[in-house]
Amino acid sequence: MFDDDSDEQRKLKRNAELLFHLRGLLSDTELLTEIEDLRPYECDGLSAYKKLPIAVVIPTTVEQIQQIVNICSRMFIPIVARGAGTGLSGGALPHEMGIILSLARLNKILDVDPLNQTATVQPGVRNISISEAAKPYGLFYAPDPSSQIACSIGGNVAENAGGVHCLKYGLTVHNILQVTLVNADGELLTVGSLALDNIGYDLLALITGSEGMLGIIVEIVVKLKQKPPAINVILAAFNKTEDAANAVSKIIGAGIIPAGLEMMDALAIQAAEDFAQAGYPRDAQAILLCELDGSEERLEFESQQLCDLLNQCGASSIREASSSEEQAKLWAGRKAAFPAVGRLAPDYYCMDGTIPRHQIAHVLNKIGELSDYFDLKVANVFHAGDGNLHPLILYDANQEGEFLKAEQFGEKILQLCVDAGGTITGEHGVGSEKIDSMCYQFSDAEISQFHAIKEAFDPNLILNPEKTIPTLHRCAELGQMHVHDGQLPHPEIPRF
Amino acid sequence: MSTVKQLQQQIQTALDKKSPLFIQGGGSKAFYGNPVDTNNRLITTDYNGIVDYQPSELFVTVKAGTTLIELEQVLAEKQQQLTFEAPIFKKETTIGGVVSAGLSGPRSAYAGSIRDSVLGVKIINGHGEIVSFGGQVMKNVAGYDMSRLMAGSLGTLGLILEVSLKVLPKPEVEMTLMLPCPHEEAIENFNELRQSGLPISASCYIDSEIFVRIAGQKDHLNALIRRHRWKTYDQGDRFWESIRNHTHLFFNHGNMPLWRLSVSPASAINGRLNTDTMIEWGGGVRWVNSNTPANIIVTSAQKKGGHAILFRGAIPGVRTFPTPDPEVLKIHQNLKYKLDPKGIFNPGRIY
Repeated sequence: MFDDDSDEQRKLKRNAELLFHLRGLLSDTELLTEIEDLRPYECDGLSAYKKLPIAVVIPTTVEQIQQIVNICSRMFIPIVARGAGTGLSGGALPHEMGIILSLARLNKILDVDPLNQTATVQPGVRNISISEAAKPYGLFYAPDPSSQIACSIGGNVAENAGGVHCLKYGLTVHNILQVTLVNADGELLTVGSLALDNIGYDLLALITGSEGMLGIIVEIVVKLKQKPPAINVILAAFNKTEDAANAVSKIIGAGIIPAGLEMMDALAIQAAEDFAQAGYPRDAQAILLCELDGSEERLEFESQQLCDLLNQCGASSIREASSSEEQAKLWAGRKAAFPAVGRLAPDYYCMDGTIPRHQIAHVLNKIGELSDYFDLKVANVFHAGDGNLHPLILYDANQEGEFLKAEQFGEKILQLCVDAGGTITGEHGVGSEKIDSMCYQFSDAEISQFHAIKEAFDPNLILNPEKTIPTLHRCAELGQMHVHDGQLPHPEIPRF
Repeated sequence: MSTVKQLQQQIQTALDKKSPLFIQGGGSKAFYGNPVDTNNRLITTDYNGIVDYQPSELFVTVKAGTTLIELEQVLAEKQQQLTFEAPIFKKETTIGGVVSAGLSGPRSAYAGSIRDSVLGVKIINGHGEIVSFGGQVMKNVAGYDMSRLMAGSLGTLGLILEVSLKVLPKPEVEMTLMLPCPHEEAIENFNELRQSGLPISASCYIDSEIFVRIAGQKDHLNALIRRHRWKTYDQGDRFWESIRNHTHLFFNHGNMPLWRLSVSPASAINGRLNTDTMIEWGGGVRWVNSNTPANIIVTSAQKKGGHAILFRGAIPGVRTFPTPDPEVLKIHQNLKYKLDPKGIFNPGRIY
């Protein structure tokens, strides 16, 4: 009891000291400490996980960030960097002993260079704003996560964000040249360069997708791509999910690389159609939405080839959008799919495994079986061309134990993805959410190697600690749990 | 035929004795990087073969000792290819060496470099353990990107056993255009080409000509060429091979040191360096045969947002790679120490 009190006192003293230093550095609008001001930061896009930080800092300059990191580094205070807070894996979940560092005020596009086809931007710039700024030059920024109107480029780099056009245009890691970070000592560190390749270790690749654990991103140089002269959108409906899944492999195998190749199952089609009236066939078991881009001549040839293939694969109907309005309408259904599915149940839980394309039919079948077993519905809307699944598990958080059930279902899906030769996360990141599943995908030696990387950048473990990479101890504990068929014996135990 | 066990044993022995290893594939890029001071060689060439290749999945998994020539043949049989056209300085060039050196060729500026193509690796790490990172799928963000980190690490972080690489369909045809271009207008012309929307798959300026390789369907390319009244070059394939493998006369015509400058593509050509220059990657890579003092060349590349490498030829007191900024160097050293604590993998090869 006495020990507890002194621990508590030490904590209060430490927090008071931290706030004293931060107040010396930041104005009232740059430092939030009142509970009601902290609330909006208690979670990111994964709202099932919530915590309150000691404070939220919203600095205006890079120098302030360096000084904040300095203070925290001296006092061993955890720092959780946060962009727009749209992440789906709890990567920006606060640490109760630490602060949230919001990059929202670093929101300027510093330069668009049409000759080199690059843009220099601050981390708080929204993804879509980059393409808007590049538009007058006929250029765009390719990675387009579905949250692109809200999500920030700093968060995109931290998560190695994808989107619907990855198959042809790559992920964030393929579309950035240089990143400037504030490292764990508060020093500026520039990785990558304005040139097309670099020497020494590829720190740019390490930083991309590192989920805020290796540094605070303060500036990014992105690559811009030339807008394709023409686009064609084709919708194919199938009576059997399996046929749609097999068509995906056939298309890629035939040498066609679509700009986007999306798949939706029956539940998702109906939900999207109710919501957006995109003109999807309601009786279909699955649809494929395929976007081709390039020169007019090339498109004509490829579209014909694609339609032939879709017919061979048993498509029940094929529709080619005849105008850009119709294209937009077809995409509107896909883009509204998540909110549309959201209307089917009080809550949904979005998964993000990737599998080899030829396993799509098999894995979808298995997910169907698991859905029966857990008695929870699933809608599938996903990036089929990349094999990146997004099963949406429907549940009701107000029903006792349903979230836990949804989580267990989700974990099973991720294990299914690993077993099929894939991975637990294709683009949403590990964050707080999938930290246990990391133990399933990686051996102890591999996890130790990840820890070694973390220590090379952040020896005192102050940057987004306890996320993404589980401790070996945690994995050992889970290893025993696996024996009990995924039934977590002590659900009340904190997960990290 | 060496087995994983044998390779692992050789590494374990090196760990036990703290005796550094010099990892070598076909030995075609032994000149690239600083020499490693040891006679203790680990040769990968016997550990070879395709592990898994599924054309419709657009990946190939291959053992490190497989030659690039063999790998490219296997892919070509399915009308596919690697995107980076890495140099083949000797027919023995292995894929392990290609990935470790991270040197990409003409196509990479348009279709993706080696690091862009790496999907996964299986390595023996600095503790002698076999570990795998990444995989065979394109989208994978579980954990730090260890596989890309291996690309260009020159064997200093571990022994690559297997690597999974992205592959793409081969274009139906490729044709080479030859456009006359005065030296001082080269960069301007590259800038225009970048904005032209042409399906370019390689570009090169040399001797007052710009060579542009375009890729696609035959009819489509022919129509383009007719429309623009371009002159095509019928020795295109041979030309690009000579650029890729450095058999072109440019690379072999003197005693001057050969520098490779990797810079912001639209940056101006430095007047002092321009006497004997070849430009690739739409302006992004500039090869210079030059006796200009090293510090001037290195600084010039840095000012243009990139770096310069002393690619061939020895200059007393000048190392292959320039030293990076102290903060970056510190991270490189930390990584090396954390991942190879006993310092057995190619010590000193980069810095």
